[in-house]
Amino acid sequence: MSLFRTELRRLSKRRFTRYMSLLGLLVLAAVVVGVFFTNQKIDAGQLARAERQADQQYQEQVRWSEQERAACEQAKTAGTATDGRYPDDCSMITAPSRDQIEASWFLPSTFDFKETFDETLIPFAAILALVGFVIGASFVGAEWSTGGMMNLLLWRPKRLTVLLTKLAALLTGILAVTLPAAVLWFAGFWAVATFRGSTEKMTSGVWQSFMLTGVRGVVLVLVLTTIGFALASLGRHTAMALGGVVAVMVVGQFGLGILLSMASVRFAEAWLLPTYALAWMTKTVTLQDWNSCNATYYGECKPATMDITWQQSSVLLSVGVVVILGAALWAMRRRDIS
Amino acid sequence: MPAVLEIEGLRKTYKSRRRGTRNALDGFDMRVDAGQVHGFLGPNGSGKTTTLRTLLGLIRPDGGRMALLGHEVPDALPTVAGQVGAIVESPQFFPHFTARDTLSLLAGAGEVPAVRVDEVLELVGLRDRSGERVKTYSLGMKQRLAVASALLKNPKLLILDEPANGLDPGGIREMRTLMRTLAESGMTVVLSSHILGEIQLICDSVTIISLGRRVAFGAVDEVLAQHSSGAVRIRLEAVSDLPMATEALTEAGIRVTGHPDHLMLAGVDKPATVTRLLAEKNLYVSELAPIAVDLESVFLELTATAPVPGQHRQVDESMKVGGTGQPGPAGGGWGA
Repeated sequence: MSLFRTELRRLSKRRFTRYMSLLGLLVLAAVVVGVFFTNQKIDAGQLARAERQADQQYQEQVRWSEQERAACEQAKTAGTATDGRYPDDCSMITAPSRDQIEASWFLPSTFDFKETFDETLIPFAAILALVGFVIGASFVGAEWSTGGMMNLLLWRPKRLTVLLTKLAALLTGILAVTLPAAVLWFAGFWAVATFRGSTEKMTSGVWQSFMLTGVRGVVLVLVLTTIGFALASLGRHTAMALGGVVAVMVVGQFGLGILLSMASVRFAEAWLLPTYALAWMTKTVTLQDWNSCNATYYGECKPATMDITWQQSSVLLSVGVVVILGAALWAMRRRDIS
Repeated sequence: MPAVLEIEGLRKTYKSRRRGTRNALDGFDMRVDAGQVHGFLGPNGSGKTTTLRTLLGLIRPDGGRMALLGHEVPDALPTVAGQVGAIVESPQFFPHFTARDTLSLLAGAGEVPAVRVDEVLELVGLRDRSGERVKTYSLGMKQRLAVASALLKNPKLLILDEPANGLDPGGIREMRTLMRTLAESGMTVVLSSHILGEIQLICDSVTIISLGRRVAFGAVDEVLAQHSSGAVRIRLEAVSDLPMATEALTEAGIRVTGHPDHLMLAGVDKPATVTRLLAEKNLYVSELAPIAVDLESVFLELTATAPVPGQHRQVDESMKVGGTGQPGPAGGGWGA
């Protein structure tokens, strides 16, 4: 327990931890503030004005379609070449119906908590996962590269206990930042919705769904923190984790993405890690193959689809953590420290 | 006296596809008795640091037996780690923490009372600079901090690798006094150093390692005596008598090296033999001086690392124990 407390102290004393956490929280705060100032509360006057604008738009569309139909018939009578500008049957040129032009198109942006908050949890998790990854890598990487780990092992020779205690302290520290940040994130967007949008239609089911997405976000943060920690421990340097992630993202993801796209591989995104991170947060990501055509009863051409589910993502995340952390523990136990 | 540190037949081999196999430790033996200040000497690359790292569980040995404070290590390291203070090689600390933070975190990890931090800071002379970041410290100050970190546990066995590195002359003297004081208080100190004069002054006993094997060990006086060459310098009343003296001494089986105004004799058991021999030939000695051997010359002789004009000795170029024309270990086997 004393080692755990000491490692927590060490983590909180490090300037890098403090600055990175502060930076992450400032970015999150900036997102909330940005959303606050780019949204407005909709009142009855604005709704009426939007209806008027929708009417106006409808009238313009009607006028325009009549003009075009007349021009089409004129061109057809005169036998003038239209270069495919008009259809063979001019009666096909019609204005959209009034209900197809929605008044909401003419409303200023407003924050509907029920409709939009779920999406905000994705950047929340992504930003804190990045912060966790870098802090995790630096926490153990700097210890290795400055000789701190060796000093500690002279005091506590049980290597696995030391490494796992450090990881436990790191995850506790990250959780101590993430959980209050999540509460503030909920509160911040609730305030945004209250003053710049709507908090209507919030049922217990919606709250439950948000909570579950939030929990998945926190898990993602902890998983990436662990991976950053394990990679840096494996390479015994912070740069190992940072270099590793750059290599994976640039070569393994962008490069692979381009290659798969050139090879016209079906559902190329299924090979890319961000797809699984997104599926973890949104429960399902549906990939579409636009090169295929599944004819519907009405003659429409629908692309083939493939669902990536959060369960599949959980398997990938679990395997990733087990393999990378397992390798770090094995190296800690077996490799000489010099 | 009971042994606080015992090493028997320790082996460590590094294998590399490019560089082949290298035996860093090749059946190394060592013993340190309680309450001693023990010098651990060896040329660069001879295996000193590898020995200490292996002993402290940082390196996995390929063979041999080790014990600290009567417990077999590495298995019993968690039991004895609290009683062994050590610094290995150059002092390394997280540069952005202050000395006080560094020691305080170590004390926390080792469940040492916080008050001990102030005690060791005082002891190594860093009390007034303890609030400064380690990155602002000179090498000598880092060295003091390293010694402080090793002393933090109030250990029974203190292992210091090159503790005088970077210290100013005053610091070296303070370190010497500190080692002595600690030994007098009952602490056993193992000191690895290249400053052989210091070792000779401070240490009760020494172990000399070369190419991963022990080449000498025992009390400092014994090691010096065992490697004394029996060299004697003589001068005669008349320089013109030197050739006659050379002839007489050579006939008596003494190795003589001539110099313009004196002779150097080797293999002389009793200096009185020389005066008697020469007096019988009516040659009268005006000066007869046994040449005292020091630890440095013993070290250079045993490790074959004395500089040779015009040659550049490479690391690892030193003697192999039992090689042709080389002396064997000064002492007996394990536990002697």
